[in-house]
Order: sequence, then structure tokens, then C-alpha cells
Amino acid sequence: MENNVVLTARGITMTFPGVKALDNVDFTLRKGEIHALMGENGAGKSTLIKCLTGINDFEAGEIHIDGIEGPVRNHSTRDAQNVGISTVYQEVNLCPNLSVAENLFIGREPLTKLHTVDRASYNKRSQKIMDDLGIEIDVTQNLENYSLAIQQMVAIARAVDMDCKVLILDEPTSSLDDEEVEKLFVLMRRLREQGVGIVFVTHFLEQVYAVCDRITVLRNGTFVGEYPIAELPRVKLVAAMMGKDLNDLDAIEKEQIDLDKSEVVIDASSLTHAGTVKPFDLKIHKGEVIGVGGLLGSGRSELARVIYGADKASSGNLKVKGKEVKINQPIDAMNLGMGMLPDDRKAEGIIGDLSIRENIILAVQAKRGMMKPIPMKKQEELADYYIDLLSIKCPSREAKINQLSGGNQQKVILARWLATDADFLILDEPTRGIDVGTKSEIQKLVVDLAKEGKSIMFISSEISEMLRTCNRMVIMRDGEKVEELDKDLTQESVMAAIAGGDKAHE
Amino acid sequence: MNNKKTLGQKLKAWPLLLPVVCLLLVMAVNIIYDASIGNNPFSFFKITLQTTTGNGTILYGRIIDILNRGSEAAILALGMTLVVSSSAGTDISVGSVMSLSASVCCMLLAGYGVTSTSELAVPLIVGLLGALLVGALCGAFNGFLVAHLKIQPMVATLILFTAARAIGLLVCNDMIVYVRNDSFGFFGSFLGPIPTPIVITVICVAILATVLKKTALGTYIQSVGINPKASRIAGLNSKTIIFLTYVLCGFFAAVAGIMQSSRITSADSNNIGLYMELDAILAVALGGNSLGGGKFNLAGSIIGAYTIQAITTTLYALGVSTSQAPVYKAVIVIIIVAIQAPPVQAYFRKKAAAKNAAKEVA
Amino acid sequence: MKNTKLNGNTILLFITIALFVVLYAGGCIAYGEKGFTHFQTFLNILITNAGLICISCGLTVVMLTAGIDISVGAVVAMDCMLLAVGMQKGIGAVPMILIILLIGVVFGAVQGYLIGYLQIQPFIVTMAGMFFARGMTAVICTDQVSITQETNELFYNIANYKIKLPFGGYINNHDVYVEPYIRVGVVVALLVLILIFLMLRYTKFGRALYAVGGSEQSAAMMGLNVKLTKLKAYVLCSVLTSIGGICYCLNTMSGSVQQALGYEMDAISSAVIGGTLLTGGVGNVVGTFFGVLINGTISSIVKTNGKLASSWPNILTAALLFLFIVIQSIFAVIREKKKA
Repeated sequence: MENNVVLTARGITMTFPGVKALDNVDFTLRKGEIHALMGENGAGKSTLIKCLTGINDFEAGEIHIDGIEGPVRNHSTRDAQNVGISTVYQEVNLCPNLSVAENLFIGREPLTKLHTVDRASYNKRSQKIMDDLGIEIDVTQNLENYSLAIQQMVAIARAVDMDCKVLILDEPTSSLDDEEVEKLFVLMRRLREQGVGIVFVTHFLEQVYAVCDRITVLRNGTFVGEYPIAELPRVKLVAAMMGKDLNDLDAIEKEQIDLDKSEVVIDASSLTHAGTVKPFDLKIHKGEVIGVGGLLGSGRSELARVIYGADKASSGNLKVKGKEVKINQPIDAMNLGMGMLPDDRKAEGIIGDLSIRENIILAVQAKRGMMKPIPMKKQEELADYYIDLLSIKCPSREAKINQLSGGNQQKVILARWLATDADFLILDEPTRGIDVGTKSEIQKLVVDLAKEGKSIMFISSEISEMLRTCNRMVIMRDGEKVEELDKDLTQESVMAAIAGGDKAHE
Repeated sequence: MNNKKTLGQKLKAWPLLLPVVCLLLVMAVNIIYDASIGNNPFSFFKITLQTTTGNGTILYGRIIDILNRGSEAAILALGMTLVVSSSAGTDISVGSVMSLSASVCCMLLAGYGVTSTSELAVPLIVGLLGALLVGALCGAFNGFLVAHLKIQPMVATLILFTAARAIGLLVCNDMIVYVRNDSFGFFGSFLGPIPTPIVITVICVAILATVLKKTALGTYIQSVGINPKASRIAGLNSKTIIFLTYVLCGFFAAVAGIMQSSRITSADSNNIGLYMELDAILAVALGGNSLGGGKFNLAGSIIGAYTIQAITTTLYALGVSTSQAPVYKAVIVIIIVAIQAPPVQAYFRKKAAAKNAAKEVA
Repeated sequence: MKNTKLNGNTILLFITIALFVVLYAGGCIAYGEKGFTHFQTFLNILITNAGLICISCGLTVVMLTAGIDISVGAVVAMDCMLLAVGMQKGIGAVPMILIILLIGVVFGAVQGYLIGYLQIQPFIVTMAGMFFARGMTAVICTDQVSITQETNELFYNIANYKIKLPFGGYINNHDVYVEPYIRVGVVVALLVLILIFLMLRYTKFGRALYAVGGSEQSAAMMGLNVKLTKLKAYVLCSVLTSIGGICYCLNTMSGSVQQALGYEMDAISSAVIGGTLLTGGVGNVVGTFFGVLINGTISSIVKTNGKLASSWPNILTAALLFLFIVIQSIFAVIREKKKA
């Protein structure tokens, strides 16, 4: 074992029913380094982390930690904390009903002589911790009174304050804005100097290159390699993660449409959702694929949700095929020929315990109304048709949807909307967490649908994907529609528009 | 060998396994007991025709008794199953609502302020409809709180749990109202040789089963219960559906209330439906339904309801007194839910896996 | 500069207290001539509800963990019966009280184990507990058993001992100065109240209860032993129920199968009116105490009136429950909106 290594994992293997989530994976973390753990969704990053922190019980392999004899096997987060592994997850794992100070100290409160918790002492210490991090908040207030970003910082502060040797940050930045991310980086660098080994999981490539020293890449549950940051430029990193050169994807032939001549399907004017989307105007034509670009939290999903009625518009007008409409809830939009595949598949897409068949027919059924059930035979035909069309891999159409892999679940939800024969489909991150092959299938499908005369709104965090499929793009920034890109659709123009600030090309 | 295994697996996956096994166990206890005291071991299943003075020739036997007395719980279990499925919570007000409906029914039939009568003040149908309406209104109140104000079901229904019985007392002027009229007593006595409650239960089950089969309500309820957000995006109106299940639950409570009050031809507000909510919830749990909502199995709940009654009847047959029976009931309940508990299930699975592994090695 | 902690929960507590004051003042104005204004009326509310105060504190503890215990009423009946029968058989008051407390520990431990470690729903477990305790009462004895001076002198004396207060007396119609008094149960209840208040606020266990109720997953992630915390909560609740049962018995001086029917709902509604959320993580025994007082005041008003139907207390309690639950849900909505 190298001298400065703080954690090694060798040959970690872990199977979930039907899937080998981790297959003989190695991971090495040194003192005072920030180590990015990279991989696409489903690569096994979170499974590996859960093995390290004792949430998952892995089947084979060994974990060694500096200063501890023999292999370590954690059975709970508490065990992990005891051997010096602290974790901060994407979803804040704190108690909203307790004060900030209590969240920092619960379970390890300083005690007074009477063995009661010493509130004064930990309030003071908490205030100091937060002040040192440059976060100006009143630590005696309940956590629920603060924004998600602050809550995230509190979670990190807690982990940091626990004298950890290994700090795992599992996508901590997804709810932070740039300034807060920078603060976090300052903190991470400081900890690196103190000799803490940091495992950093993120899907923002820029952040990896901004702060990390080393990268370990996983793919489909296997170990691809460990590289010093200097030896792995972006393109190579992406290639390592995807296992395929980007150029391998066949170009998709897009139909050119004449915007002036084609029918306007959706016409929004000053549509707003208070708090998330500022008033915007948008025209969507028959047969076009319109991309919505922007960073996470820029309002790209929210824009779609307002049109669909998933979030009710607080003001503004919407015309569908020239007719003024009022959409109060999704079913209204569906009856106007819309459909939406939401970005959060688990929370808003799948109905976990129902069968694939029931999941597919659900939206069609909702459109027909409760009193007109689809005959079982028709349901089976529909399900079989789409299982075949989208080549959904499943044991049978009556299998529960939560037994399928993420990609196949996504296809089922896609089938649900295709079955409704919607004229205007919103696809929010339809390819997230899906293998490359399926990805290009879905992209092709989108273009084909447009050729059939349907209109598609395509939302993705991958610019290249949108460039391949979209005729036109709308760029969102801070809840505002900042630009519509039509002819000049290139990686550079889109990036510039998303990043903002530079208006030179106008 | 292989075939046998698949049969075992099939059996394991059968949703009615638990309630049916429970019911069989209860029957087994009966058979053993009867055999041990020298009776015909199958007297539990014996159904005979007996001639009585009041009701003519009627069916008689322990099974008939269980079916008859289990009617209220079975009817309540219907509504409770839907409520549990759609809202992941229980309606603890059904017992109270039963009492209120019974009070309203008897008060209408007897006339306000009258405590005992054999003459109906209004046509029977008015009383019945009034009671059903009150039940449905109570359900609507609960449904509004749960679906629209997003209040935890148990908390929301706690209100009517406390109030409904009290309002019933108020409606009856703090008295027990007797309606000694055969047309009213019919719902608690006999239709030909068959106890009317059994017939009413069959009708209720048939109606609900038809509704679930002929409409998409079942899919809607389960879908909303499993994932309300996703259901909304897919075009379902979860509020309306949850609301509807509570209304149905209140309606069935009223049916059960009328039935129980008809059995004693009076509205005894303090005792009608007492603890019935517990039996109903238990029936749902015994039926193999998760109290966490989602998928439901109506047949399971109904079997569950009769299982509870069978346990009670068996205990009485074994000579346990009415007031002591709950002790045994409690122990049985705990054993049944403990077997279903996730950690226990995980333990069994682990053991089975170890056994299989050992077999493979050998 | 410091933004005082005037969040929804604190406001709710103020509303509870204000409501009590309004109700009580209303009672004083309406029934002043019937003696409602006397300090003793208030003390009587405390005396009658001493047991309920203990039990409501216990329920507050389990409700903080997002649990519930509906067995308490039946356990009170069982305790009373056991006390009555035990002392009739010649066992001393002190050993009997110790036995009752021990039963509380065991009963709570079983329920807590099933809920915490086997992850069975609290409602189901404690419902079984309720069946068990109510049935057990009947197993012990099906008749009503009274505790008299002959059965146990000590217990009888404790029950009848008046602790006179040096203030707040009045002169009655016969020109006699009536000294206000409380009974032993009230002292016990107030002691329990103070101890639980301090425990919730200043001990690791107390804070862990809030954490578990706030987010079970997070509490586990932060290294708290969620299962053990729940187990302890149910043990504590059961022990408090035992103490409450003894206080209750000091008032009724008898054991019977039908005793304390629906007591669990009185306790739950007191806690809810006092601002404890059934969803867990929010609540405080001070609120619960005022919840009990509100319930007691309503009963007292209805009793003083004498003409109102006996069901009015239940209806009024339900109306208050409704009011508080709706207010709570409005606060929850406001908080959600503020976050977005």
C-alpha cells in the first residue's frame, strides 16, 4: 500500500436482482486529494459510494482504511463515520425541523456537567463554523427556513466538522448557484490542504477540471481506469465514460421546415409561473423539434411544465392551434393533444407497483375517462405493440415496471405518451441514465415523430444531443427565456447563449 | 421436482395466501377442538335448516353465523381497502359514522324526540336514504380534508371519530331510539332462510366489483396510491379520486350502520360501530394489503373480515368470554403482522437463500 | 437584530394558550354565579385531568417520532383493575405501584420493539396493545372492584389527601373561608410535565426524538440509532401511561373493564390541539398541557351548565381539532410557498 493512501477498495462486487451493479471495481483515495468519481448514470458510482458508507452490503472485495488493521466492512453510516468516512448526498439528509446548530451537532452534542445537552456551547460553535465558511445565517433558526443551497452547505459543514479522513460529496453542487459552488470549492481546497481525501461526484465536467486532482472512471459497473487530471482531457474523459467515440453516433437526418408556412401548434404569450419562469413568448410549429437549453435550474423544465399545466401558469395566454385555452392541470393539456415525459422518472414518471401494461395504457385511459375502460384485449395489444416497437426488454407485459432497468422504464413512459397519439410532446431529459445505444434510438424516434407532423419539445442537459435532433433552440437562463437560436445552431453558439454574459454575437 | 417447485413459488406469489392460510388455521383449530371434545370434527361446517318461532325456517350453523356477524366488518373493509389504497392512510371514523347514520336513520323513522315507536314517521326509504346521505357526507368531509387540504388521513378522520358518535347522540336527544317495526328490522333478520346481512353484503360486494370491473376506477385508485405525482402528470386527478374513495368509505359505513341498528331495531349511539374501525383496518391488513397504499386486493380484505369474525366465533366456541376475547385477538394480530414485517421477511429470505446455497454445494 | 423565532409552530402555541384563556374567561363570564370564577374550579380541572396530563405527555413523546399509541386508554383500565384487585388481595400500595410501573416498561418495550425493530405500523401494534390490555382487564376481573379504606389504608389516604394552597381561597355562602386545594395526582402530573419538558429540550434522547420525527432517514444518516430511539419512546410513553393510570385510579378508586374508554383519543386530541403534529418532529408538552386544559375547560363548562347534552364536549373538541388541523395545514402551505 502506498504511504499516503487513505482508502483502498479492491475487487468490489455487488449484484442487485438481475443486474451486476458493480463488477470487481477498484478505487484508491490518497490523503489530500480531490478525486472525481465519474461515470454515466447507472455506471455504479452511487452503488460504490453506498458500499463504502455501509448502506449496501457488497458481496466480494475488500476495503482498507489507513490506520485500521485488516479489511473494513461498514454496516451503517454510523460505522462509516466511526472509521472516518463522512458523506454528503445530493438530497439534503438533515432534519428540517431542527435548528441549524442542532443539525450540525445532533448525535454528538457537547454535554454539560449535568449530562444535558449544552445548547449555548454548540450554538456558539455552530455560529463559528458557519461564519468561518462565510455563510451568514442565524444557527438557532430551524433549517427549514433556509434555502436548499444553505441546507446543503450545512450538511457539508457537519461532515467537515466530524474530523473525517474521507469526505464523500455525492453530487453536492446540483442545487447550488455559481457563487455557492465557488465557496464550496474554497472549502474543498482548504480541506485538501488539511490532508482530507475527498471523493467528488458530479455531472458538471467544468467542476471536475476546476477542483479535482485525479479521476476514476466507471462504466456499466466496471472499473475503466484511474487518471491524473492532466492526462485526461475532456474529450478523452467523455470517451472513457461513454465507452464510445462521440462521432460513432450516426448523424440523424433532420427535416427542414419552413417556419413561416407551417401551422403554429403552440403559441404562448407572456406565460409565467411565479418564482420559476419569467414571462415568455414562444411559438412552436407543426413538425418541428424545438430544443430547450440551459443549465439545471435555469427554468428549462419549468417552462415546459407551465405549458403542460404541470405547474399552473400564474399569468399569460396560451393558444393551441390558434385557439385560446386555459390549462389548469395536465389532463386539460392532454385533451388538447399534449403529452409530457417528465425529467424525474422515479418521482413523476413510473407507477412503480403497476405492470408495464398498466403503465403504458394509463394516459390513454385518463384521456378516455374513468367510465370508459379500455377492454383488456385492447390493452394487451397496445402494450405488446409498444414493447415491440421500442424493443422494451422485459420478462412479460405483466411484470412490474420497477423490475426493469432505468432505460427500459423510460421507454415504457415514452410508450405511454406515444400511445396517446399526442400532437405536441414534451420530452424532458428522455435519455438520462440510458445507455448510448438506446439514446440514439430515442433521438431517431424523436426526429421520425417530427417527420410525421408531430411537434416535439426536447429538453436535455447534453448540448450535442439537442444539436443532433432539434430544428430550433430556446435558451433559458435564470428563469428567463434569453434567446431563440434558429439557423446558427452550433456547440459554440449554444454554449455562449447558455453561459450568457457575452453578447458579442448579436 | 421442478414442477413442484414452481407450484410452491406460484403459491408464494399468490396474493391471497396469507388471508386464506389464516382462515384455514382457524378452521383447523375448530376441527381439532370439536374432535377433542368428542363432537363430530366437522360440525364447524355443518349447515342445517331450523324452524324458529319468529322467522320461520332459517339456515343454521357456525359458518352461517360467521358470515352473518362478519357482514358489517366485510362491508366496512370494502371502503377501507379503497381508502388505504388511494391515500396510504386509514379512515378511523367509520365506526363513529356507522353510529351517526344509524341514529339519523332511526331518528327519521321514529320522528325527532320519539324514543320508542312501532309506527314509521316517514316512509322507510326516506330513513335509509337519509342515513346513506349522511354517511356519504361524512366521507366527503374526510375526503375534502385529506385530498384538498392534504391532511394526514388519520388526523383528518380523527375529527369525525370524535364528533360523529356525539352528533348521533345529539340527534337522538341523548336517548336510545327504538324503531320496533318489521320493515326496518328486516335488514338485520332474514330473507327467506338466509340472514339479510349476508344478502346485503353480497350485493355490496357485487356492486363494487362491477364498478371496478366496468370502469377504470381500480387502476386509477392504485395509480394514485402508488405515485400521486406521476398519476397527475399522466392525466389523473388524484384529488378527485382520493375524495371519491372517502365518499365510498362513508357510504359503506352508513350501510353497515343501518344493518347493525336494524339487528337491534334501535339506534344505540354509544355502542353501534364501537371498535368497528379497528376490525375494518385489521381486515384490510389481514387481506395482505399494504397499509402504505398502492396495490389492493378486495377479495383479501373480505376474507380478512370473515377471518376476524371466525376467530371471534371460535374463541366463543372455545369458551372464552366476550370481554376476554380481545387478548387472543391481539396476540393473533401481532403474530400475523410480525410475519409480514420487512425485517422478518428479509430474515426468512436469507435463511432460504442459505439453504439453497447449501443444496447447490451438495 | 435577531429575527425572533416567530415561526408557525410558536404562533400555534400562542393560539392554543389564547384559546384556553378565551374559553376560560367565557366560562367565568357565563357561569360566574355558579362558581366558575373560583380558583378551585381551575384546580378541579387539574385534579380531574391529572392522569390525562401524564398520558398526553407520553403521547406527545411518541407523536414526536411520527408514531402513535392508542393502547393508553385500555392500559389505564388494566392498571386500575390490577391496582384494585391486587390491593384487595392484600398486596401493599407501594409494591402494587412498582408492579404497575414495571408492567409499563415491559408493555412499552414489546410495543417499541415491534414498531422500532420489526417496523410494523404503530397504529396496528398499539391497536393490538389496546385489545390486549382491555381483554386482560377482563381476564383479571370482570366485575367492578372498588378500593376502599379497608382495602388499602395508604392508597386511600393518598387519594383523599388534600394539599391546601395558601392563596386564592374564597368565602362561600355560609361565610366560611374555603381553602383551595389540589390532590397528590396534580403534583405528580406537574412533576411529569416539567421533567418531560426538560427531557425533550435538554437531553440527547429528547433531541433525537425530534430528529427521528423530522426525518427518519436523515436521523439514521446522521448516525442516530433510530430503532432504539423509537423503542425508548414507546417505553417512556407506557411508563407515563402507568403513572397516569395510577393518578386516574386515585380519582376513581375502582377498577372496571369499561373504564377510561376513549381516553387515548382525549390524549391524542390534547396533543394535537397543543400543536403536536402527527407527522412528527413538531410539538412540545407545554402545548399539550394547554390542550388538556382546553379539553378540561370544555367539559367543566358543559358540566356547570347542567342542561347541555353530554355529547357536547366531544363535539366541541372535534370542532377545535378541525380548527387546529386546518390552521396547521395552512401554515404548511405557506411554508412550502415561501421555499419555492
